[in-house]
Amino acid sequence: MTRRVRRWVLAVGGAGLAALLVAACPALPPFGGATHPYGDRVVHESLARQTANTIASVNFDQRAFDTLGELGILFASVIGTVVLLRQTRDERRAAPEPAAVSLPVRRYALIVLPVALLTGLYVVAHGQLSPGGGFQGGVVAATALHLLYLGADYRALENVRPIGLYEVGDALAASGYLVTGFAGLLGGTAFLANTLLPYGTFNTLASGGTVPLLNAAIGMEVACAVVVLLARFLDQAVEIEKESGS
Amino acid sequence: MNHLLPLLVAAPLLGAALLVAGGRRLPRAVAEPVGCVVSAGTAALAIVLLLNSSPPLVEWVGGWAPKDGESVGIVLVGDGPGLGMAALASLLTLAALVYSWRYFDEPPRRHAGSFPALMLLFQTGMCGFAVAGDLFDAFVFFELMSVVAYALTGHRVEEAKAVQGALTFGVVNSLGAYAMLLGIALLYARTGELAMVKIGRGLDAHGGPDALTLAAFVLVLTGLLVKAAAVPFHFWLPDAHAVAPTPVCMLLSGVLVEMGAYGVWRVYGTVFDGPGGIPAADVERALVVLGVLTGLVGAVMCWYQRHIKRLLAYSTVAHMGLFVIGIGSLTPEADDGTALYILGHAGVKAALFACTGILLDRYGSVDEHALYGRARSLRGVAVLFVLGALGLAGLPPFGTGLGKAVTEEAVGGPLSVVFVVVSAVTAGAVLRVAAHVFLGAGPEPRDVSAYETTGIREEPETRHRLSRVPDTMTVVPALLLAGSLAVGAVPGVARLVGHAVSEAGSGGAFTSPHWTPAGVLLGLLSTVLALGLAALAVSRPEPFGEQPWTEPLRRLQSGHIGDYVAWTLAGATLLGALALPGILS
Amino acid sequence: MMSVLPYLVAVWIFLTGCYGIVTSRNLIHAVGCLAVCQSATYVLLLAVGYRDGGTAPVFSDVEPGSRPVVDPVVQALALTDVVVGATVTALLLALVIQVSKRHGTVDPDELSELRG
Repeated sequence: MTRRVRRWVLAVGGAGLAALLVAACPALPPFGGATHPYGDRVVHESLARQTANTIASVNFDQRAFDTLGELGILFASVIGTVVLLRQTRDERRAAPEPAAVSLPVRRYALIVLPVALLTGLYVVAHGQLSPGGGFQGGVVAATALHLLYLGADYRALENVRPIGLYEVGDALAASGYLVTGFAGLLGGTAFLANTLLPYGTFNTLASGGTVPLLNAAIGMEVACAVVVLLARFLDQAVEIEKESGS
Repeated sequence: MNHLLPLLVAAPLLGAALLVAGGRRLPRAVAEPVGCVVSAGTAALAIVLLLNSSPPLVEWVGGWAPKDGESVGIVLVGDGPGLGMAALASLLTLAALVYSWRYFDEPPRRHAGSFPALMLLFQTGMCGFAVAGDLFDAFVFFELMSVVAYALTGHRVEEAKAVQGALTFGVVNSLGAYAMLLGIALLYARTGELAMVKIGRGLDAHGGPDALTLAAFVLVLTGLLVKAAAVPFHFWLPDAHAVAPTPVCMLLSGVLVEMGAYGVWRVYGTVFDGPGGIPAADVERALVVLGVLTGLVGAVMCWYQRHIKRLLAYSTVAHMGLFVIGIGSLTPEADDGTALYILGHAGVKAALFACTGILLDRYGSVDEHALYGRARSLRGVAVLFVLGALGLAGLPPFGTGLGKAVTEEAVGGPLSVVFVVVSAVTAGAVLRVAAHVFLGAGPEPRDVSAYETTGIREEPETRHRLSRVPDTMTVVPALLLAGSLAVGAVPGVARLVGHAVSEAGSGGAFTSPHWTPAGVLLGLLSTVLALGLAALAVSRPEPFGEQPWTEPLRRLQSGHIGDYVAWTLAGATLLGALALPGILS
Repeated sequence: MMSVLPYLVAVWIFLTGCYGIVTSRNLIHAVGCLAVCQSATYVLLLAVGYRDGGTAPVFSDVEPGSRPVVDPVVQALALTDVVVGATVTALLLALVIQVSKRHGTVDPDELSELRG
């Protein structure tokens, strides 16, 4: 289609959809309304199981099956990216060049790195208590490692980041989540049932039954997945080049 | 029994995780059998559950069974259609894995497990979507199967067409999924629930349909119809299915697209069919109009392809149109017919793709013109290919024939003409290919169109061109065809399918689909028409070749992401306009 | 007006993203616009779950029942949605890298392998 025709189709389609959606907005309950039946039930059940962060309770207990699917998506996209960004027959791997880094940047990166890593782990560990959890903390921890790339160079990063291990870690974390689910089934109730462990004392690290376990599995999976994903993209930018050398 | 429902998801996912955990040490000779065993085990589980699905299984994952009718958990529904789709997806995954046994070229170095792992994840996503009783959960597994499908479609990254097709597939389908999520958010806002049945009740409690109901309906259906490749949401399909590796094509055309149609049936039947939903007349109008358009556009475009995989992809579009008409008719008989048609079609279409894969790996081409007369020696493959084409036409007693006949009878009148024409034209195109490629019949076809995708100079998917066709590659299509034949010919199957579908549907009246004289005659008519069209096209290329009036239609299929997204928006508007009258009155 | 404004914002973001994809001259930009479309779903979900005067539904430092909290369900859904969006974007960008290698361009107008 020519650009003009494309714009006409867009104009008609966009206008129609806009009219439909705008007409629907006044029919929605007013913003800030008090009626949230599902939300109220979730808060109730979460407190009954001593989980202070109700969102963690939704993600890792009440709707833990959604998180299982989500874990599958993350896992699939990691394998997918490994497959799509593989070194093809007409490409070769060049050794990354060491690069000069200005001293303030280097100092800053090396000081911040352990702090960021620890923050990530803290956010994962306190997932059932305070805002955050496996997803958020995993991303922070994984990106913390990449401060080495900024502060030193690519080879330093590669030394602390054996990709094969992280791929295995990703898979083991996913298996851990599933095994916890199977334990719920074999323990007599149902798949992913949070009935095996005591619910503990409200607002302590050991509260919430299996919530901390699933949360930790997701934390590990996300951290490993982000490391592998970034590594594949960085490889493309830094190491992999065309055979002919151009 | 119902406690086992989540395992349909957990088992293949665990298999995939273990294959990746095996990592670099896992040799290919172990990875592929493990993939097959896990896939087969899941298929067996799906079949066992299917045989126990009357009355339908209901499972609240994590033991969150409702208290006083309210739950905070996720519900899985294992009824006949859901478990049937899960079983179909699992069996096709197994077939694709066996088909690719030891032959599939170049898994990424030191990642021998990645291809079987992705296939198992694909199975995970499809099974999860098939048994989802919660709308958001359905969205999550819908995304899982899509994400895996994008990666698998682009698997042959050295092919320029493959990566472009996969990207188009990814952008258009993701946009559809986000539209669906917007619709889910609207429904949650109105009803405060996520379980499909509860949303339906919530809509009914609120009163008659209004603008919000319509918007939610349009958004959710846009996501599902993009997947189902209904016109004008269909453009991504030929681009993606023509370039994906053959075993992946078998799954994409055989069951992934049909999942979209299944989703439409499930969502309409549980969410929007009450007095607070969209009136039946409007849904029927919308789906039947889109279905007829899809069938006709798919059939015309199918006829004019020379890239064999692309031709088969358009035939999938055309048949999806027929399925959408069947679902849109909203009668129990049409539902039965569509279910049988989908089962029969899956076997036939996967077998046709499998045969095309053999051509690709033997001759390095999937182009009808370039392959003219070159496959004379592949007699066995020729027989399978022709049988597949006849199955596509709906020749009794193929399952496609029974499904088509039952649906035709249910929709009646002019719509059954659409069924006959679409199945005859698509099957005719496949038969024409068979005559050219396997027999070298008629004059050699000449290149005429400047605006088309050819199938020459394609890289074989095997490490070397095949000199001898491996047994697995011929046994799989033969078994798939036998399965399709069994759906129509084994008397008990149709009764079981009919029972399962009517038990799950809201009707409650039990139906028993069976062959009727009229159905047999219409099936034979389609087959004769297909043979006639193919014979004419082979002997007299001129009047059946490129026609000026198809030129604008072909130009719409431009391969441009912007075009496709613009059409997706236009399609959503069209859907809204078709369903509007019921809201106004 | 305030009672529907957040919903209208979500609609606006979605349509803007669609406009961006359709008119895009660069596939990386198009994938970015797709992420914009997805942000509309975050905005809509969170807007639907808001409660006047509500705080985060985390009770480590809020006495249960002492204040209204926003709907935790949509927060969890939005979190899932974010992860889905990030992974889809990663996968699509990986495909864009390969498109750029195989076709030598990332302008959708210049891709002509698949048509007709």
